[in-house]
Amino acid sequence: MSDAAAIGDREQRILEIIETTRSKRPRFKDERVTMSHGAGGKATQTLIEGLLAPAFANDALDALGDAGAVEVDGVELALTTDSFVVRPLRFPGGSIGDLAVNGTVNDLAVAGARPLALSLSLILEEGLGAEQLRAEVEAIAAAARAAGVEIVAGDTKVVERGHADGMYVCTTGIGRRDPRARLSPAGLVPGDRILVSGPVGAHGTAIMLARGEFELDADIESDTRPLWPAADALLEAGGEGLRCMRDATRGGVATVLNELARASQVAISVAEAAVPVEPAVAGAAEMLGIDPMYVANEGTLVAFVAPERAEAGLAALRAVPGCEEAAEIGEVKTEPPGMVLVETAFGGRRVMDLLAGDPLPRIC
Amino acid sequence: MRFVEEFRDAELGRVLAGEILAAVDPDRHYKLMEVCGGHTHAIYKYGIDELLPENVELVHGPGCPVCVIPMGRVDDGIAVARNEEVIFTCFGDMMRVPGSEQSLIEAKAEGADIRMVYSPLDALRLAKANPDREVVFFAIGFETTAPSTALTLKRARAEGVENFSCICNHVTIVPPLRALLDSPDLRLDGFIGPGHVSTVVGARPFEFIPADYGKPVVISGFEPLDVLQSVLMILRQLGEGRSEVENQYTRVVPYEGNLRALQVMAEVFELRPHFEWRGLGFISQSALKLSEAYADLDAERRFQTPGVRVADPKACQCGEVLKGVIKPWECKVFGTACTPEHAIGTCMVSPEGACAAYYNYGRFAREREVA
Repeated sequence: MSDAAAIGDREQRILEIIETTRSKRPRFKDERVTMSHGAGGKATQTLIEGLLAPAFANDALDALGDAGAVEVDGVELALTTDSFVVRPLRFPGGSIGDLAVNGTVNDLAVAGARPLALSLSLILEEGLGAEQLRAEVEAIAAAARAAGVEIVAGDTKVVERGHADGMYVCTTGIGRRDPRARLSPAGLVPGDRILVSGPVGAHGTAIMLARGEFELDADIESDTRPLWPAADALLEAGGEGLRCMRDATRGGVATVLNELARASQVAISVAEAAVPVEPAVAGAAEMLGIDPMYVANEGTLVAFVAPERAEAGLAALRAVPGCEEAAEIGEVKTEPPGMVLVETAFGGRRVMDLLAGDPLPRIC
Repeated sequence: MRFVEEFRDAELGRVLAGEILAAVDPDRHYKLMEVCGGHTHAIYKYGIDELLPENVELVHGPGCPVCVIPMGRVDDGIAVARNEEVIFTCFGDMMRVPGSEQSLIEAKAEGADIRMVYSPLDALRLAKANPDREVVFFAIGFETTAPSTALTLKRARAEGVENFSCICNHVTIVPPLRALLDSPDLRLDGFIGPGHVSTVVGARPFEFIPADYGKPVVISGFEPLDVLQSVLMILRQLGEGRSEVENQYTRVVPYEGNLRALQVMAEVFELRPHFEWRGLGFISQSALKLSEAYADLDAERRFQTPGVRVADPKACQCGEVLKGVIKPWECKVFGTACTPEHAIGTCMVSPEGACAAYYNYGRFAREREVA
């Protein structure tokens, strides 16, 4: 064997060891919670799969979907919950109130469930202006009307000044699973096409700019919107060929793709040039040194569709208001399983892995 | 984005790749070092290495500012950050760099007030907004970022902001390059020169590489076409038996550098007699500290720091990786004990680090087809 071949062999063996380590269930070994655990990358995955899922082990939870399945006397329901701690409370394109409704109904929608009702829990900080509170309550009411759900239960708590950033909002949603839905994160088949419902990275970028930590002005609005119309259109056009849908929130599209490549033990190939990104988002992300594929969305889903239904699925998506820029961005492959690869617009290839912690801007 | 997209044209990239193929001697193996972490990042991000012939190998150099910070300096930073009156500020990349006991992000979870900033001026603003607190900026980086630290210190002085100080870890690019070139286990054919550093220092400081060591240097921009063109320029020098400093990045880098920036640096900083580099050991006159005129803004004088040298973990081979002696995956702990989420060595922390870049982007055998 030549030297080059021997080295190639050793590299291959080491890569295999890494893959074996990666495919094991992560263990939660950290001494304390750090901000990384909330960033949606590997640390979050460790917290969920290493601590929470084993403690509550059951079939509905172990599926690690956006919503859990519950059956009541033959009626198939989906249940989900989410909390919202965004700062600032208002940002271009939306506010914490919009997110609190849309985030939860979207988790139901991508699980193939028509959202029915929400509960609402408000944690308010002593000193919060009544004007601000009223504005958010109105935003919640308006978003609920737009999403076609009612707020049927609620709770309020007030904490001392300094113990919440103005307000935190928690919502729980219940939905009716659609009989057309045959969705599973483990259901991806090589050849499936990958669709996104719109341009990626707008929400997270809008928030970063709205925090005013960068002296950067750009006309970027959050994409917060309810996704049931998009999910409904895909269920109709995709039929049994619709394998899975995911709401690309924290961690962005890249995180969704990694989770599903792992769950289905398939490879995913993404054509970077095909991913829609608004020019202002691309520009801001470039300057901040972050990849829009890892940036949070609040009204953009990723769908995996059998090849023969991909065209119809894309057409149906584009007919939904707000999803006109939906696009096919890649394909499911067999090798190497569990990994996401990007064909760069420049003609090279690279791995697109989960982030370790915060998507941190580079410094030089 | 105009003036950026033009340098990412895939069609032109293929043309350049063809010219590179024509310029190489098929019987020769070429090892080129990209000095700057920004280049390492670009090479992986765009998959540039895939466009090069097999006998042209890119070796990642020591130019990632986070990767060269030794553990003892992180410990010093954490010790300062634990003072109750302190708001400790640093760039995001520093947060997860392991010290001997913990990283800054872990110290933050324990209660230290540590905040991520995007510029030293943000730290100065924090100082003005919190007059009852001491704001400390943990400055890192090569000559690229040193001028902005210097300007911030000048402004702090001019505005009389007394609750602001700086832990200076700024380093300079030439001494580690010389140390690398003097290292007996290194075999390199040429250098892709650091474009950002050169905007400040110019091309002149790199003249010693061809003059004393007979190796070509091409100062390069950071877009994929820049990197490919620089590789081609180095290969042409080698083919024609030349070795000189050439400037591919003329749209940004003047030969003389940025004289005003150099002047501000000279005013605010002075050379340390020696400084420890992660994995490379002590290198004389390779780092900056605050000059006597700015000593009162030096956090190392204002606060007690342990100042203890902490040996690199035994298993960690960051040094060999930084010298280009081994590839990241050849390190004993790569990918198993040392991963981006639990890094042992600094090369695994910053996205510009050679190990993190390989782990995140390059980690699949090239010959294994995507099917």
